[in-house]
This record gives sequence, structure tokens and C-alpha cells, in this order.
Amino acid sequence: MIEQIDLTMVNWARATFALTAMYHWIFVPLTLGLSFLCAFFESIYVRTGNEQWKSLTKFWMTLFGINFAIGVATGIILEFEFGTNWSNYSWMVGDIFGAPLAIEGILAFFLEATFFAVMFFGWNRVSKKFHLFSTWMVAVGSNLSALWILVANGWMQNPIGMKFNPDLARFEMQDFWGLISSPVAISHFVHATSSGFLLASLFVVGISSWYLLKKRHIQFAKRSIAVACVFGLFSSLFVAYTGDEHAFITARTQPMKLAAMEALYDGKTPSGLVAVGLVNADKKPGDDQDAFSFKVEIPGMLSLLAKRSFTGFVPGINDLVFGNAEENLIGVEEKIRRGKLAVAGLGDYKAAKSAGEQLAASNALSLFDQHRDYLGYGYLESAEQAVPPVSTVFYSFRIMVGLGVFFILLFLVYIYLLEKQQLEDKPTILKLGVISLFLGYVAQQAGWVVTEVGRQPWAIQDMLPVTIARSNLDSGTVAVTFFLFLALFTALLIAELRIMTKQISIGPEGD
Amino acid sequence: MFGSLDWSTLQQLWWLIVAVVGSLFVFLTFVQGGQTLILTLPGTEDEKTLMVNSLGRKWELTFTTLVLFGGAFYASFPLFYASSFGGAYWVWIAILFTFIIQAVSYEYRKKPNNFLGKKTYEVFMFVNGSVGILLIGAAIGTFFTGSNFTLNEYNLVKWTHPLRGLEAAFSLFNLSFGLFLVFLARTLGALYLANNLAHESLVARLKNSSFNNLLCALPFLLYVLISLVLMDGYAVNPADGTVTMEANKYLNNLLQMPLNLILLLAGLVLVVLGVVINRFTASVRGIWPSGLGTVLTCLAVFFLAGYNNTSFYPSKVDLGSSLTIYNASSSHYTLTAMSYVALLVPFVLAYITWVWRQMDSKKLTVEELAADKKSY
Ligand code: HDD
Ligand code: HEM
Ligand code: HEM
Repeated sequence: MIEQIDLTMVNWARATFALTAMYHWIFVPLTLGLSFLCAFFESIYVRTGNEQWKSLTKFWMTLFGINFAIGVATGIILEFEFGTNWSNYSWMVGDIFGAPLAIEGILAFFLEATFFAVMFFGWNRVSKKFHLFSTWMVAVGSNLSALWILVANGWMQNPIGMKFNPDLARFEMQDFWGLISSPVAISHFVHATSSGFLLASLFVVGISSWYLLKKRHIQFAKRSIAVACVFGLFSSLFVAYTGDEHAFITARTQPMKLAAMEALYDGKTPSGLVAVGLVNADKKPGDDQDAFSFKVEIPGMLSLLAKRSFTGFVPGINDLVFGNAEENLIGVEEKIRRGKLAVAGLGDYKAAKSAGEQLAASNALSLFDQHRDYLGYGYLESAEQAVPPVSTVFYSFRIMVGLGVFFILLFLVYIYLLEKQQLEDKPTILKLGVISLFLGYVAQQAGWVVTEVGRQPWAIQDMLPVTIARSNLDSGTVAVTFFLFLALFTALLIAELRIMTKQISIGPEGD
Repeated sequence: MFGSLDWSTLQQLWWLIVAVVGSLFVFLTFVQGGQTLILTLPGTEDEKTLMVNSLGRKWELTFTTLVLFGGAFYASFPLFYASSFGGAYWVWIAILFTFIIQAVSYEYRKKPNNFLGKKTYEVFMFVNGSVGILLIGAAIGTFFTGSNFTLNEYNLVKWTHPLRGLEAAFSLFNLSFGLFLVFLARTLGALYLANNLAHESLVARLKNSSFNNLLCALPFLLYVLISLVLMDGYAVNPADGTVTMEANKYLNNLLQMPLNLILLLAGLVLVVLGVVINRFTASVRGIWPSGLGTVLTCLAVFFLAGYNNTSFYPSKVDLGSSLTIYNASSSHYTLTAMSYVALLVPFVLAYITWVWRQMDSKKLTVEELAADKKSY
């Protein structure tokens, strides 16, 4: 179906998507969490009537607004980038994938956009209660947008509820409820939103800690920290819990990604978990090198995490590539062979149909039907192609999880010191709090790298490789766009950071 | 309910829904039109601040409607989404660019330490309101003039012109369409601001400005209308879906769908009426008739392009690749599911109206802005 695959173009398109998505994801998690924190702060103000809580709320809202604007600016690109850079994708799965994007617009973005204006400009125009209601609606709206987009992404990770239509050459939706209640999507949603709450808590804690270090706005800072630490502690525990659930699901739905997350080549019963390790970069599937040049392993742990039993078999990369008869696993090579039959069947069907040869068409179609489940594999050239970049995924995963554990401890220490009235006297802890703000962003990006790099080469798991999903563009065009976006987003990011830091150094009004 | 409708009815229903969202978007481009006025129209800094803040409370609505328009098109006519965005690449990237720079401009323009300077953000707003709207107009123009693409047997698009969509702006028809939209947006912007601000001399100038901009829009409108009734169009044979050129296709569409002709004329009259009210009476409420008129006019344009066996996204180079609402749509199942979702749209419109009535019950004044640290 594609005459010639221009790999450079595909890689530029991937780079462009990664660039825009990663920029978007700088701003989105803060929106997800800070909107709730603002709602908490304002609720306290409305309850107590204390004007200091009002100015506290307004301060965090100012930062929220600065962040929000650029989040919106980066979002619109993503929405249309599916069309511009992945137009084959858009046609082949638009029947399914378009729906959550449209629903997101109807249900979430308008909620956000409408109440955002009230939240910012309504202080003297609407009643106190209605204003508070609006702030809550912004929080609900932004988290609803996360829901729908993660339903979309979850479907790409684990495509369900559709059927290929050979006449139109596209996948068609068969089960709408299945799509939106897919466990993969829900697990993405709860993990990603709670990680946003966590990041926003780190944001409030980090900036407030900086004030404490500078001995400015002391009371303001302590109040902010108190609320944010409680929210942060709950969120970070929830993040760890949902993350573990997520890995469990991934083990079932994307075993290759899980194997890459663990750099596991040969599946074992039971499998140990490498807590820290150095991946051997030269290791190839099927060779007899060691996967690690150094590792600390916890025996049986991976089986427990991935299979919920100490004796569960966790397939490794080699089992998945070459097959494992004992465990009933078909290898990638075999899948490619069947996939090529499906591709050929589809081509013959098309040709016979346009030539009006009924019998040949129905023969070709039945060949296709027999192997349709492997259609995506038919576009791979070699079995190794089905393996994602192992060390990137392995390290990113460890960075995220390690930081996740660290954040839980951080919030515990903060709450303890706050309780003891000693927080201001512990500059080392406060500095750690400031640094953690940046670490929060690192963990966020690392999480998406695991998810997205870990599913390569698939745009849609097992169905559509990125090489087919692309648009018919030449690589120069896409490369130019990449640099245009890079320049523009970087300029806007610099503007955002300068405005943000200026507002932070000005501090809350009326304090 | 929707599941029992046949596929073609659902396809027509969805063309209606897409048309409604698109038409509301064009109405809401009063924000973009207003943005092009801020460089020249205000006499003092206070006046400029008033205008920016008044627009700044609505820009998200326009932006979000554009996003929804994209999403709704994707869900209901994915082949259009794939062919147009992936094919007419540069024109869409250029349009998107103007919206990225708009999105940060209100918030960052006056904030201290904003890196690019106040003037740059104002230029961003201007570019969004002028170039952005012009290109959107040119892109809509290709619904009638056709584009340079082919689809292969797997429905995958290939663009045959090196400018990848930007060539649309070099057709006199598309260009006129774009310029008409730009001046219409400016007209609407002036009408909206006149109704939203409490500032006598500024409002007087805005009332004048809406009239002048309508005058500028008229020649382009006339050119578009005259071309439309004279030009050949892309007709679909309902029996086998083949596309052929038909002389005076769009004139025929108007005559064969008299309701659409009425819609178009009523829309245009209402647009003019609103401006006349503002210009020649003491009233400032002209935005309402003009806004409604804009929506009706745009609906008529969409209907003209998509209904009555017409190809709405024709290919100039290969008639067989032309898109119709029948060959470009989602499956029956998806359209059905999405129709249920669309039932929520009236609720969304209702809460937006309700919230804005509360927010706009008092007109915006210089004093209020001076007292508010959050103002743009
Ligand atoms: C502050 C950010 C943050 C933190 C501390 C964590 N995560 Fe996470 N994680 C994310 C932010 C994130 C994310 C960026 O939000 C991702 C990417 C996709 C998604 O839904 O959430 C993600 C994805 C993600 C995945 C999905 C990979 C896949 O697609 O299969 C797993 C298995 C985990 N996480 C597991 C964990 C565990 C066990 C953690 C232990 C505490 C953890 N994460 C902490
Ligand atoms: C916002 C956070 C996200 C980040 C940081 C992110 C990151 C990335 C990265 C790094 C890649 C390139 C992977 C590679 O080629 O090695 C990628 C590809 C892609 N992602 Fe994501 N992603 C995010 C969210 C999403 C969501 C929500 C969707 C879908 C709704 C999505 C869909 C895609 C698609 C279509 C590609 C291109 C095909 C591919 O390379 O697999 N991404 N993303
Ligand atoms: C490829 C995937 C994505 C697309 C196409 C996309 C699209 C968009 C668009 C068009 C906007 C602007 C909406 C407006 O008009 O207000 C936006 C903003 C937003 N998106 Fe995304 N988005 C993607 C990924 C994500 C993810 C993964 C999340 C959350 C988990 C998310 C959450 C949000 C939120 C909360 C906003 C509000 C603005 C802000 O945060 O600053 N998006 N997105």
C-alpha cells in the first residue's frame, strides 16, 4: 500500500511529535493539579472569609494562568498534527480515534474555557459562591480533557473494539463503551492525572520553600505548604499504586514493552527484578552476551509485579521475537510471515475487485481474513524491528519509579517538620524541596518516554507501525517544521519562564 | 434512536453539525477581527487596554471552537481530515502557527519581563487576525475551487502541488473569500466591542469602524457571490458516486434548495442590518443581528458545498479522488455513537450563555481594569 518508505521522514515526524508532545506535557500536569489546589485554597477562603487566603489563592492563580496559556498553545498543534504528519493513520483509524478527540472538545475544553474566564475576571462580577464553583469547574474540566485524550492514547496502546474494512482500507469502531471503559485507558488516566496532582504539589512546595529560604512571605508559604503537602502525599501514594497497576496491565497487553522496561531477554520462572543496573548497549536479541554489565536483582519480584505470583512466567525479548513453544508464544518472525500473507491478500482483493473478478476477490479476501490479526506485522521488515530501544525505556522507567518513591518520603518529612514547627530551620530540606520541583518534571517526561518509546515501532500496538502511519511528505518538509516548532516553542518557553520567575519574585499581593 | 437512521441520513446530519460548529467559529472570529483593530483604532493606552481585555475574555471560546471544529471533522469525516491536513500541509501549519502565537499573547503582553516585548505580542494578535483568517478563508474557498490531490486505492492521499496547500491563496476566488472573512471579522469585532465597552468616544469610533469595514468587505463578497453563481461545480452522481463537472452547479444548488437561498439572503441582510443599526442609531446592539446573520450565511455556504449531490472537497487533478459527505465519512456505527454525544451540545451552549450573561451584565470600564491586577 505504500510504495516506498522514507525512513528519514518517519523519524522527523516522530521527532516532531515527541517535541510537541513533550512541550505540551511540561504544562499540562501542572494545570491538572494546580487547578485543584487553587480550588482548595479558594474553598478555605470562602469558608473562613479570611482575606489572606484570598490573596494566596490569587497568587497561585496568576501562576496557573501563565502556565495555562502556553499549555493551550502547544495543545492545538497536537490535535492537528495527527492530520498533518500522520495522515495515513488518521484515515486508517480515524473512525475510532477521532471520536475521543471530538468528545474532549465538547465535554472538557469548553468547560475549561468558559469557567476559566470567570475564575480570572469574575472576582467582582459574580457572587463568591459562583466564583468558587467556577474554580472547581476549571479543575474538573482540565481533568476531563485528560480523560478523553488518554482514552485515545490508551486505545493506541491496546487497540480493542474494532474491525478492519477491506473495501475502504480502514479500521472501524465496533464497541464504543469498550473503547472508553478500557482498563488500559482508565489506568493511564488515573496514573497520569494523579502524577499531575503530585507535580503541582511539588510546584507549590518548591516555590514556598524558596520563600522560606529567603525569609519572605513566611506565613503565606507555610499555609501553602500545609495544603500542598497533604495533597502531595495522597497523590504520590496513589501514583505509586496506580503505576504498579499500570505495569501489571502492560505485562498483559504489551509484553514487549514490559520486557524492554526490565531489559529482560530470557523469560524465567520466577523472574527477578533488576532494581539498579547498567544495560549492555551492544546486546542484540538472540546473541549470547549478558544483558547487564552490572545489576542488583531482587529475586522473584518481577514475577510478583507482572503476574501477581512469585512463580509467574514473564516473557523476555527473545521469547517474544523467536517464539517459545513451551509457553505457547508465537514469535515475531512467524507473525511477520502471516502478516505478509494478509497484506498480499488485501492487495489481491483490491486488484481483483477493480478488475471485476468476483471469484478471485473472494479467494483473496478469505486469505486476508485468515491472517488479518497479523496485518500490522506484515509491514515489518525484520523481527528485530519489533524491539523498542531497550536502554532508553529501562532507564526512564527507573528514573520515574525512583523519584516516585523519593517524593513520598519528601512529603512525609515535610509534614513531620511542619507539625513540629521546625520547617523554617531546616535549609537543607527546604533546598531539597526546591530541587524536587525540577525532579517532578523529570519524572513526568520519563513516564511518557517509557510509554511511547516502549511501544515502538507501533503507532498502534500490533496493528499499525509508524512507517505506515505517516503522511506522504518529504523529509525536508517535516524537518523544516520541526525546527520551526522548536524555535517557536523554545521562545515561548523562555518567555513563560521569565514571566513566571518574575511573578514569583514579586510574590503574593498584599502580604 | 440514531441507530435506526440510515447511513446517508447520518452523513447529512453530521454535515449539518460540522456546518453549525464552523459557522459559530466564523461568528466568534470577532475576536480575531478585534485583534486587528487594536493597532490602529484606540487613541490612548487606556482605550487599547479596554479593547484587549474585552477580547481577552472571549478568545478562548473562539480558539476552543476551532479545536472542536477540527475534532468534529476528524470524528465524522476522517477522510477529509486526513487528506486535507496531511495534503494541504503548509496552509494548515501556517494557520496553526498564527493560533499558537495568539494563545499566549493576551496573558503575556503586559506581564513584566515578558522577553519579546509588548509590541511583539500585539503583532502576534494582528497576524492571527489577518493572515490566520485569510488563510482559513482560502482553505474554505477550496471547497468550491478544488485542490491538488489524488487518493490511491487505499484512500491514502498524495498532494500534487509543491506548495502543499498554499497555492490555494493564489486563486482570486479563494483570496477574495479570505479577504471577505478578514473584513467581516473586523466588522464583527467592532460591533462586539461597541456593545461590550463603556467608553463614549471609543464606542463612537467603533461604530464607525464597523460600517467602514463592512464597506471594505462588500467588493470581495460580491466577487465571491458572482463567481459562485457563474462557476462550474463538482457534481456527484448519486447512483454510483462518480464526480463530474457541471455548469453553474452552485447556482443550481441554490435554485434546487430554495431554503438555502433564503438562508443566504437572510443572513446577508441581517449582517448589514446590524451594522446599519450601529452606525445610524444610538443602539450598540448590532452585534446580535450581524452575528446571527454571519451564522446563517456560513451555514448556507456549507450547505452549498456539501448537500445536493455536491463534492465538498473536490480534487482538481483527479475528479475520482474528490470527497463527498458519503465517501469521506465515518462508519454508521461511529456516526451513531457521535450523534448521541452531540445531544450534549445544546447543554454546553446553554451553560456558556448562562455564564456569559452573568459576566457581561456590566459593561467593561477603564476604572475596573485599573483596579484589577489580573487584567491583561
Ligand atoms: C511525577 C510523575 C510520575 C511519577 C512519580 C511516577 N509516574 Fe509512572 N507515569 C507518569 C508519571 C509518573 C506519566 C508521565 O504520567 C505516565 C506516562 C503515561 C501515563 O499514563 O502516565 C507514566 C506511566 C507509567 C507506566 C506506563 C508505562 C506503559 O505505558 O506501559 C508505568 C508502568 C508507571 N508509570 C509506573 C510507575 C510506578 C510504579 C511509579 C512508582 C512510584 C511511577 N510510575 C511514578
Ligand atoms: C503528553 C505527553 C506525551 C509525550 C511526552 C509523548 C511522547 C512521545 C514520544 C517521545 C514519541 C516518539 C516515540 C518514538 O518515536 O520513539 C511519541 C510518539 C507518538 N505519540 Fe506520544 N506522547 C505523549 C502523549 C501522547 C498522546 C496522549 C497520544 C495520543 C492521543 C500520543 C500519540 C503519539 C503518536 C501518534 C506518536 C507518533 C507515532 C509514534 O512514534 O509512535 N502521544 N510520543
Ligand atoms: C496527542 C495528544 C494531545 C492532543 C491532541 C491534545 C490537544 C489539546 C488541545 C487542542 C488543547 C487546547 C484546548 C483549548 O482550546 O483550550 C489542549 C490543552 C490541554 N490538554 Fe492536551 N492534548 C494532548 C495530550 C494531552 C494529555 C496527555 C493530557 C493530560 C493527560 C492533556 C490535557 C490537556 C489540558 C489539561 C489542557 C488545558 C490547557 C493546559 O493544560 O494548559 N493533553 N490539548
